[in-house]
Amino acid sequence: MSAKSPRPVDAALAREFGLTAEEYDNVLSIMGRTPTFTELGIFSVMWSEHCSYKSSRAFLKTLPTKAPWVIHGPGENAGVVDIGHGLAAIFKMESHNHPSFIEPYQGAATGVGGILRDVFTMGARPIANLNALRFGDPNNPQTRRIVDGVVRGVGGYGNCVGVPTVGGEINFHPAYDGNPLVNAMTVGVARQDRIFLSAAAGVGNPVIYVGSKTGRDGIHGATMSSSEFDEDALAKRPTVQVGDPFVEKLLIEACLELMATDAIVAIQDMGAAGLTSSSVEMAGKGGVGIDLDLDHVPQRERGMTAYEMMLSESQERMLIVLRPDRTEQARAIFDKWELDFAVIGHLTDTGNIVIRHKGEVEADIPLAPLADQAPVYHRPTAPARKPLPMEPIIDPVGVEQALIRLIGCPDLASRAWVYNQYDSTVGGQTVRRPGAADAAIVKVEDTEIGLALTTDCTPRYCRANAKLGGAQAVAEAWRNITATGARPLAVTDNLNFGSPEKPEVMGQFVDAIAGMGEACRALDFPVVSGNVSLYNETRAPDGTSQSILPTPAIGGLGVLEDVRRAVGLEMPDGCDIMLLGETKGQLGQSIWLREILGAQDGEPPELDLAAERRNGDFVRGLILDGTIIACHDVADGGVLVAVTEMVMAGQAGCVLDAPQSGMRPEAFWFGEDQSRYVVAVRDGQALATLAAKAGVPCRRLGHSGGQGLTLPSGSTISKARLLAVHSEFFPRLMDR
Amino acid sequence: MKAAIVVFPGTNRERDMAIALRGVTGRAPAMVWHRETALPAGCDLVVLPGGFSYGDYLRCGAMAAHAPIMAAIREFALRGGHILGVCNGFQILTEAQLLPGALLRNAALRFLSQDCFLRVERNDTPFTRHWAKGDVFRTPMAHGDGNYIASADTIRMLEDTDRVAFRYVAEDGRVDEGDPQLNPNGSMNAIAGVFSENLRVCGMMPHPEDLVDPLMGGEDGKPLFTGLVEALVG
Repeated sequence: MSAKSPRPVDAALAREFGLTAEEYDNVLSIMGRTPTFTELGIFSVMWSEHCSYKSSRAFLKTLPTKAPWVIHGPGENAGVVDIGHGLAAIFKMESHNHPSFIEPYQGAATGVGGILRDVFTMGARPIANLNALRFGDPNNPQTRRIVDGVVRGVGGYGNCVGVPTVGGEINFHPAYDGNPLVNAMTVGVARQDRIFLSAAAGVGNPVIYVGSKTGRDGIHGATMSSSEFDEDALAKRPTVQVGDPFVEKLLIEACLELMATDAIVAIQDMGAAGLTSSSVEMAGKGGVGIDLDLDHVPQRERGMTAYEMMLSESQERMLIVLRPDRTEQARAIFDKWELDFAVIGHLTDTGNIVIRHKGEVEADIPLAPLADQAPVYHRPTAPARKPLPMEPIIDPVGVEQALIRLIGCPDLASRAWVYNQYDSTVGGQTVRRPGAADAAIVKVEDTEIGLALTTDCTPRYCRANAKLGGAQAVAEAWRNITATGARPLAVTDNLNFGSPEKPEVMGQFVDAIAGMGEACRALDFPVVSGNVSLYNETRAPDGTSQSILPTPAIGGLGVLEDVRRAVGLEMPDGCDIMLLGETKGQLGQSIWLREILGAQDGEPPELDLAAERRNGDFVRGLILDGTIIACHDVADGGVLVAVTEMVMAGQAGCVLDAPQSGMRPEAFWFGEDQSRYVVAVRDGQALATLAAKAGVPCRRLGHSGGQGLTLPSGSTISKARLLAVHSEFFPRLMDR
Repeated sequence: MKAAIVVFPGTNRERDMAIALRGVTGRAPAMVWHRETALPAGCDLVVLPGGFSYGDYLRCGAMAAHAPIMAAIREFALRGGHILGVCNGFQILTEAQLLPGALLRNAALRFLSQDCFLRVERNDTPFTRHWAKGDVFRTPMAHGDGNYIASADTIRMLEDTDRVAFRYVAEDGRVDEGDPQLNPNGSMNAIAGVFSENLRVCGMMPHPEDLVDPLMGGEDGKPLFTGLVEALVG
């Protein structure tokens, strides 16, 4: 090796690059010599938590990933499932948490851009975006800045590329004060016989770089995402990438145009760790070698070194292996879209990645050990602290006052202020826009197929009981899809946790995965793609480090063969309003407990997966046969909040009966028992008969009609008042 | 009716527009790339759809107004051709000075994606003939720069010569320029769309093409397209 190093390569430098002493020893033994500066950089990013999943890999393997309708599970750029008629849905969710704290607009925007590329790189036209966002305490002055930037960033990118943003979720909790979560999900559709994979093949085939030029932005972004924040987090702003949605739009169109030909052998986007991870993974998966000459890489700045180019995370770039005689055909397409196109190397039979720059060999690493000997850790776990038992409950406010407070609280208030900044109709296929159903419904153009899409997680349940919380997140996604009439097919997971080096956090992680796996198996709802984000910690000035709430966000996808059969949650007039599923009145970890009594105590509600499936299959059947006219699952805030949300979304009001439940009113109305649905039907008695036969608990709540919500007390809250209270929070926080 | 949709780099509602046009004409419109220098022969209607042409860099529509295809579009307009510009298409038509005025950032400085109500200001045009004057219809809007502005003289001229096509209103047709609920982007005189002097070029910010199917929530935008087909049949 003759490459010049700006600094001597030794254990100290390796430590600065984020490698442990043991990991560096392993590098030395793989290389049989001291690595070059560029080689060390490549090892450090490939073995970062972000790229190598070294703390999580052993546990991720336990998740179920197969079903007859799964075409490609984890391991590709995104998961692929069969949606019928020779078509496939391709989807994934990915975090961009750390950059979104440092620079909220660009962090969120490039998060959207990155996940879009993971999906269209497989040949799919992206048809929907969703996002799961977690912010700190609304009273923390930082929160407003972060919400504003993240919402503008998500919108700024998604609106410009012309992919509708149709759903998502938002929570607030002080545990996210210094570490918001931005999890972006993209869903695309492709023909099953036109799916593109990343494994390179064909010694001698050209390696093509397309998209934006490479600059010095985002160098070591993957390593940054693999460490905790300290007080100087904001000084890391230069490691945040800058997105250009206009170029992304051109890149989507150019790639899809190229994909309509047979020129492509393999393709992958340059995401975290940019040119390094894309070239290493493509060649590694294909079992070939790769030679790159960086002199040909389109560069935005002068004087970039090999190290900088290999580690840059400049956005909107793709790496493609072409058939040998198709280079000019491909070049013409990228010329048309005015994007850079460069042949930067070729595949070899050496099994090594060789990087040349200005006539020097800057790196020459055997690919097999780089992948196979990547560290895997079974980090120590410790049981999480149990939540305090619930104190005996004394309801200080009564049902009506509690309802008003709940529908206006940060976790339940209207999200319209947010989703009204996201273009949800572009594409002309949005059947149910945000807020209109439990899952967004998007039609697949030129077919009758509808996709039902949702993201779900209840982090406060996960903190109290990570296993149950992991299972509940999966079950809620399944339930939300079911509540539209769609058949749940598969999930993508975005596992956001604190530092895996804290045994308690590692314990949460392991437990959450166990719970998720259980629910996925019970519901035939496999995991087909995902992303892990660890080290979501904030260091306070006093040196203590605070972990986020464990947040295994689940992105669920379901299918409707006939999208016309989908139902929403708008309250229809003249119906019996019925509750399906068992009500026990569990208030542990409920929103009511937190908002009314200020307590975050007790066990979260139990989850019976057999009942979940039985109730859900029953509901779905009755939606598809037209019996159920509107449906809303019971989630945060319990039954009364669910009914109120239906009234606020629809044209009709609702008159509630006094429940003959034998339980306290607050437990009946605000308990968060799982696996329940509020449904509107023409004939409640007939529904009760069917439910009894199916073994599904069923009770009448009241009937729809009028203009407001009439409580069992006889008091009526007008729809105008409900809407006013519900829509106050975001504008008051953000537009002051 | 033979329609052509112009596609610039960054255009993103060309598919929506194609679906709406195909729905009323039964045939797919021609897609015309911005680098072309001629429109398809026998074209009756040219549509400039929504999106972010050239990334909205410089100013919305500013660069597209100088694209190679624009010479042919100007000539088409001069010959009395019918042109519809929606959202970014409206911005391009103002930048190309085929329509008066300009579109500024929304008054609240945020992108707005929501339904709005439009009032039809006259119905003796190819674009509005399937409505009655004063009809109110619902349509989605999705833009960051839809705040219509023009000089006082131009606004007076537009009003005096009945060249306002659509106005943002309440569901009952009431106009209140100062109410952000009713005039969401702050447009002068609540103007949502305008006509050229010969009434053959129409620009508007909201997206009637996204509300032409009951499955997507309604057909309120459809009369625009059925009216055009009837007017431009042949």
